[in-house]
Amino acid sequence: MWLFIVSDSLTFSALLIGYSYLRASNVWPTPFPFYPSIVFASVMTFCLLSSSLTMVFGVSASSKGDKAKARKWIVATIVFGTAFIVLHLIEWNHLMHQGLRPFYLPESWVQAFTTTDGVPPSPLFGATFFAITGLHMFHVATGVIYLAVVTARIKKLKHEDVEISGLYWHFVDLVWMFVFPLIYIMSVDIGGHLPH
Amino acid sequence: MNAHAEEHFAGSNRLFISIWIWLVVLTLIEIFLAYKPMGLVFMLTILLGLSIIKAALIVAYFMHLKFERLSLILTLVPMLVICICLLFAFFPDSFRSAGLRYQFKEAPPVAPPPVEEP
Repeated sequence: MWLFIVSDSLTFSALLIGYSYLRASNVWPTPFPFYPSIVFASVMTFCLLSSSLTMVFGVSASSKGDKAKARKWIVATIVFGTAFIVLHLIEWNHLMHQGLRPFYLPESWVQAFTTTDGVPPSPLFGATFFAITGLHMFHVATGVIYLAVVTARIKKLKHEDVEISGLYWHFVDLVWMFVFPLIYIMSVDIGGHLPH
Repeated sequence: MNAHAEEHFAGSNRLFISIWIWLVVLTLIEIFLAYKPMGLVFMLTILLGLSIIKAALIVAYFMHLKFERLSLILTLVPMLVICICLLFAFFPDSFRSAGLRYQFKEAPPVAPPPVEEP
């Protein structure tokens, strides 16, 4: 699992650095309002952090041989993970309603973020946003399924198996610790460019 | 994970809760910073610094790496850091293409001069 985590963190680093590359070489829109985007993203961060805590409690209970308690904590982790996915899909839905697509920006964003020299903002905002958060959401969804299998079979599994599933889950949390500031916090609409 | 799987999972619940509180507090600082007007590079440095601290807390305590053998830490961490740093080699090119774009935009009415083949 550690080798998988190292290789997967390189995948995410490559994506985030590709995003930073595009951002540094283009005019980049900073469209996120406090509500809904930042509020949603913050609550989602809180969900993932709490899910990591419940997962640690689950692994800790499992190490003491208390499988029933471990199962309860892992179910709590699954609930937080599912809440994350649901909130994230609502947040995606907001943006898609505004007209954000992988290769197009909403018309109002283009008008608001075109520079005084007439350079329009890069339409790749949507591509990077959906690719990075989408891949992360896919990891969360995979993790929820993984943990569901672990809880279903926890009586037959060894403690090591539970601990390894915990490693995967914490890794998903860890990736979000980079995605959240780079995608969300760095794209806050501070100047009030957009009417919200 | 290792041969000592039968041992108790090191770290008390109190420790894990305090790590969780730290992570939440650092996240709140990040959100607060988002609304402070400051230079892009300065903000990016602070945010990445906070993110690396948070990642280190998660890896060390939640993922238990602090309590594993030193050889595992030395196998995983330096290699990953070096690989990620190698990816930064792309950035000079990124800044260069940003420069090209603006030079082109400074003189929009004039057609670009024909490129001479060397």
